Amino acid sequence: MFKEFSPLEDKLFQVMDKDGEIIAPEWMPEISDERLVKAFKDMLFARTADLMAVSYQRQGRMFTYPPNFGQEAIAGGMAIVMRDQDWLVPAFRELGAWLAKGASLRDIFLYFMGYEEGTVFRGANNMVPIAVPIASQIVHAAGIGYAINYNKKDEVVYAVVGDGGTSEGDFAEGLNFAAVWNAPVVYIVQNNQFAISVPFKKQTRSINIAVKGIAFGVDSIKVDGNDIFAMTKAVQVAHEHASSGKGPVLIEAVTYRRGAHTTSDDPTKYRTKEEEESWACYDPIDRLRKYLVKKNLWDESKEESLISEYKKEVDRQFEAAENYAPYPLEDVFKYLYVDMPDDLKVQKVEHEKFLKWKEGLK
Amino acid sequence: MEGGSEMKVMTIVQAVTDALDIKLAEDPTIVTFGEDVGVEGGVFRVTEGLQKKHGEHRVFDSPLAESGIVGTAVGMAMAGLRPVVEMQFCGFVYPAFNQIISHAARIHNRSRGRYKTPMVIRFPYGGGINALEHHSESMEVLYAHIPGLKVVVPSTPYDAKGLLISAIESDDTIIFMEPKRIYRAIKQEVPEEKFTIPIGKAKVLSEGTDVTVVAYGAMIREAQKALALAKKDGISAELIDLRTIYPIDRETIAQSVKKTGRLVVVHEGPTTFGVAAEISAMVEEDVFQHLEAPVTRVTGFDTIVPLPRGEHHYIISPEKIYYGIQKSVRY
Repeated sequence: MFKEFSPLEDKLFQVMDKDGEIIAPEWMPEISDERLVKAFKDMLFARTADLMAVSYQRQGRMFTYPPNFGQEAIAGGMAIVMRDQDWLVPAFRELGAWLAKGASLRDIFLYFMGYEEGTVFRGANNMVPIAVPIASQIVHAAGIGYAINYNKKDEVVYAVVGDGGTSEGDFAEGLNFAAVWNAPVVYIVQNNQFAISVPFKKQTRSINIAVKGIAFGVDSIKVDGNDIFAMTKAVQVAHEHASSGKGPVLIEAVTYRRGAHTTSDDPTKYRTKEEEESWACYDPIDRLRKYLVKKNLWDESKEESLISEYKKEVDRQFEAAENYAPYPLEDVFKYLYVDMPDDLKVQKVEHEKFLKWKEGLK
Repeated sequence: MEGGSEMKVMTIVQAVTDALDIKLAEDPTIVTFGEDVGVEGGVFRVTEGLQKKHGEHRVFDSPLAESGIVGTAVGMAMAGLRPVVEMQFCGFVYPAFNQIISHAARIHNRSRGRYKTPMVIRFPYGGGINALEHHSESMEVLYAHIPGLKVVVPSTPYDAKGLLISAIESDDTIIFMEPKRIYRAIKQEVPEEKFTIPIGKAKVLSEGTDVTVVAYGAMIREAQKALALAKKDGISAELIDLRTIYPIDRETIAQSVKKTGRLVVVHEGPTTFGVAAEISAMVEEDVFQHLEAPVTRVTGFDTIVPLPRGEHHYIISPEKIYYGIQKSVRY
């Protein structure tokens, strides 16, 4: 696959076209009908939650949130392949992947409401916290991969970054370390065309992102990230490659961020309506729906009631997050060290004295 | 601590090697790596022989990239290993700052304790060895200021071994700074068996009544020479080896200053916003009424350490420390 779709020739790996037609049946991944419908529903749920998250933020009920609208097939493909024991090393725009790994939506909301507790993801095995500094997690993934080889474990690391992150030094360092150490890592770049406001062509002179992996000796491929079948197949091959001792793989998933960078961002400043519309016809959920409908696997008329069910569930999870306990002072100090220095204990006690004094002012 | 153990004469380099050797043998989750650490044994030969003894998967060379070294160690630590990484020189750590500050220091807090980073980042620091630029600085305050890190600086072979074993056994991220000027200059009898020295505790090296001198790392030897000069003039100085920069042992300093009423702090790093400035604030908070003189700082200029031909201007001599002691005593 890596040879047939060489990034050096800027080949794009695609299985399904925008109308839901299979154009490369030889690359069609084996997915049961049941699993495929689940994938569609999961993407639909993630989109519902994502759009609602934006509106919660607009209502002033949540802080800054990074929308995933339009990028759902990337996590959709990962979710089909990723196993419970595999590691997820995310950036911050991976709602579908977090949910697939077992993170609760309540916890995800908690994080964007301002609780560290929300990035612990207690229900998700081998998932590390959200990494906000760009591309630094690419290096962690190489280290986790080293530990997997060291302990001879059957685990694969999935590490995700955006197109802007590929300009960071840590992207190069992480890929290089993973390659030299033959670490079982599947690197996935969500190339959604913009790093906040900076378009891809101002980010790099490379013809694509996948080509960057080749110099590090990493098998790399550029994939239509809005095509669930192409994503699933690429991730399957990459997973097999990584777990069979052949080292890391770099997947560039070409997509389009239909929403803003975050709720604080205004995309009208840096892109046109025409451009946004030109990508709308490649929407990953619409494409999969078209395929499912043609195969009689989906009844569109039932979608509306399903979405309203999802909305209720999202609301339930959001309200659970809103009713989460207040943030105790103790938690500011408690987790910084395993063995807490006395200075921190003193600082907390001093602040408590102040609070008591402040009470007296009333 | 030394009861019954065979003693062996060691340099600081040998003591560090010995600590690594003991821990590698004892704990299979420990790995150590960095630039030239494997085959060559590091540019200062601190890891010499360890690859041969413990295997290439446990003691190894990394690609030349500091952020990569620290960042992969963070990943390894999250996946259950206990990495000890070497940065080649104090002045080469900066490319790794994002990984140190944003991740190594914070993963435990960010994950509310789900993930730990039990790792040691060790590197040689300090001047006095006629080196190129970027090889002579003492930047302990950069780390001491970062929430989530602990900073340890040994001054003797005995301390280097005991403190490094404690650092490796700690579940927190430890910055372990080795005074390379005295890497091989001091020889001392050190127990061959394993022992630990608590992190966060200073040591009173010699008792005195007139003035307290606080120093650490390579400055201990210089301070001892200064104390000998002072003694000749009838000044009784108490010398405290800080051993750990953070968490700082303010109790030991406070107790000493209570007794002497005077304090001189010595360090190689720049003066302004330095360790001495912090200690000065602490003694003022803790024992203000006992102070008989302002705190005297015998510390580095707020400049770049000059290249070797000019380094003598910068390096803190025993005489300069003694000058500070006199200033304090005669105030």
